[in-house]
Amino acid sequence: MKISIERATLLSAVSQAQSVVERRNTIPILANVLIEAEGDTVSFRATDLDIEVVDKINAQVERAGATTVNAVTLHEIVRKLPDGALVRLTDDGASGRLSVEAGRSNFSLATLPKEDFPVMTSSEYSANFSAPAPVLRRLFDKSKFAISTEETRYYLNGVYFHVADGETGKVLRAVATDGHRLARVDAALPDGAETLPGVIVPRKTVGELRKLLEDDEAEIAVSVSETKIRFATPEITLTSKVIDGTFPDYSRVIPTGNTRKMEVDAKDFAKAVDRVATVSSERSRAVKLQLDEDRLVLSVNAPDSGNAEEELAVAYADERLEIGFNAKYLLEIASQVDRENAVFLFNSAGDPTLMQEGGDSSAVYVVMPMRV
Amino acid sequence: MPALCRDCLTMFETGTRCPACARPRIISHPELFDLSIAHMDCDAFYASVEKRDNPELRDKPVIIGGGKRGVVSTACYIARIKGVKSAMPMFKALKLCPEAVVVRGRMEVYAQVSRQIRAMMEEMTPAIEPLSLDEAFMDLTGTARLHGKPPAAMLAGLVNRMRADLGITGSIGLSHNKFLAKLASDLDKPSGFSIIGKAETMAFLSDKPVRMIWGIGQAGQASLDKAGIRTFADLRRWDRKALADRFGTMGDRLYFLSRGEDARRVKRDRAVKSISNETTFSDDIADPDILDGHIWRMTEKVAARAKAKAIAGRVVTLKLKRADFTQITRRVSLGDATHMADRIYRTARGLFDTVDHTRPYRLLGVGLSDLVPSDQADRSGNLLDPDQAKRYQAERAADAIRDRFGKDAIVKGRALR
Repeated sequence: MKISIERATLLSAVSQAQSVVERRNTIPILANVLIEAEGDTVSFRATDLDIEVVDKINAQVERAGATTVNAVTLHEIVRKLPDGALVRLTDDGASGRLSVEAGRSNFSLATLPKEDFPVMTSSEYSANFSAPAPVLRRLFDKSKFAISTEETRYYLNGVYFHVADGETGKVLRAVATDGHRLARVDAALPDGAETLPGVIVPRKTVGELRKLLEDDEAEIAVSVSETKIRFATPEITLTSKVIDGTFPDYSRVIPTGNTRKMEVDAKDFAKAVDRVATVSSERSRAVKLQLDEDRLVLSVNAPDSGNAEEELAVAYADERLEIGFNAKYLLEIASQVDRENAVFLFNSAGDPTLMQEGGDSSAVYVVMPMRV
Repeated sequence: MPALCRDCLTMFETGTRCPACARPRIISHPELFDLSIAHMDCDAFYASVEKRDNPELRDKPVIIGGGKRGVVSTACYIARIKGVKSAMPMFKALKLCPEAVVVRGRMEVYAQVSRQIRAMMEEMTPAIEPLSLDEAFMDLTGTARLHGKPPAAMLAGLVNRMRADLGITGSIGLSHNKFLAKLASDLDKPSGFSIIGKAETMAFLSDKPVRMIWGIGQAGQASLDKAGIRTFADLRRWDRKALADRFGTMGDRLYFLSRGEDARRVKRDRAVKSISNETTFSDDIADPDILDGHIWRMTEKVAARAKAKAIAGRVVTLKLKRADFTQITRRVSLGDATHMADRIYRTARGLFDTVDHTRPYRLLGVGLSDLVPSDQADRSGNLLDPDQAKRYQAERAADAIRDRFGKDAIVKGRALR
């Protein structure tokens, strides 16, 4: 194999590969990226056995061939090369080394045979559809903060991606929750997505997927089976196993009878929460919200370190209410609001609270209050 | 040479009997009134408490420990004459001393006595470092002027008070650092008072075996043996670098200890880092339902201790030991801290579901760590578990009943499995 690639192109392919490979693994080949050159394209394939990403780029291929090399090392080298450099990768097959040359820099890296590289088995996908990158970006970006990190509840360690009944018919929906908060985000159902089986997309996959969604113009081909999900652009294909488990019935978690409505500028609200939470030394910082007619007082009382109070003008016409929340959760849901005011719907100090952006119920957030 | 009467605490210059009370329990040493780092170790603590509370046991060999597979946690001095030692398997101990009375430990009582001893030590110095319920280091440096008495006299007074007020005897080691103080307390047990002064430190250590160093186990002993090091004198023949090369960080410590030097300070006891309870089964258990019952019982104990101390934890740990002694530890971090048995149990049970259920286990333990004050615990409900609030109410009600009518007044059916 003998190929020449411009540094920036190579860097983007290798950086995706190195973030997929499992760093703490005992199987050496899983730390490697499989490089295959043929015609005028080179593909970079990396896997941790749960996720596989293949990045195809155009390159000058002088001699076709394939080999595998440590992804993190190759990434580090390419990253440190000067911008605009032309990188030449040569593998003579015999020495078991891959030579990396750019300008006056020369590297020789150990390789492992391409035959040992595990390639993810292909799957029969029961749903195939295409969706614009911004649509998928919104679904996952607005829900991923609520993914649980508690490993015993593995079925919560991802985003539940499925078809659901929205207010005006079927929608494509993403839901994530950790038991303390929940995010439910809807999008119009793309053609061909009706047969989508509900799947739980793992946290790591959601993170890797994000890199495919940067381009606003891109159309992403999505294929889903009971066990796998695939996202593809013309260059990059990301295939992932989905979490084998049952996502809990979240519909009963979303309150429908909350009537006490508060409307507030989300940015001002987030800044105020952040400021008052500063005095708390606890890890789960509790913020108290005191609501009275068109007035919100945020306060933190930390006996050991101090207290803080801030008043905010809001629209609120219901009776007095005192309710506490984890400051981090409030900040996270408030930061999901980007166009209109945040609308909070409360019931009592012990019941889940709902938040949405203005009158838009295509993204709703539920957060559990905290005793203060 | 300065001397002290251990009975009436009179200080005088040399003699074999006290000039004041004429009794013969005299300690004299050139550095007697200059040394201030002490180690106090109770004599056969658990057994002494049992004999105190049950005079019938006084002249009988008593072993504290339990169960068919239990080990000896303490043996009284009568049982020790027969060769019974701590940590010995019970069946072996009973072979050596078949007439021994075996008593199940009453940890609450021992902890209570320990607190009383601790209170006495607090009157002497704030620098107390307990190693367990029955032993502690004390740094009495600079307290002589406050008390109007040198440390040695205060320490002799402490053991006298322990005997008179609590019916417990202890041994004192007094020296110029922790390492030597701990060695000293062991020299003259029971009811001992031993001193290792600066002047004789090197000579004292020379022919002593290095295994006397606290923290050297069988493996450490073996590697020292391999290097031909048996006594402190052997150790002193090595230079500092050679020891460090051969034994790593321990090497440096060995270098200084061999010269009787130990710079560690007496650290006031740190806050509790974790709460855990474990049990070794009398027969290995494979049945998940029975193991589940043990998870619940261990959880209840952990939760009760946490509630009593007004602390809660964020990390729940499940520990299991297989029949072949391999150990499995699984832990999980919760979003917020808890001290509710219900939550700890459900979490531990979730961990249990992730381990192999086909083979039997010999030990099971549940632990709670990453502790915070309990006013920060269980402050938020669970969206996915709306019944949790009701179960918490039930648990709090049951706690209130136990507070009033005793800990067995109300139990969960699960606890009877």
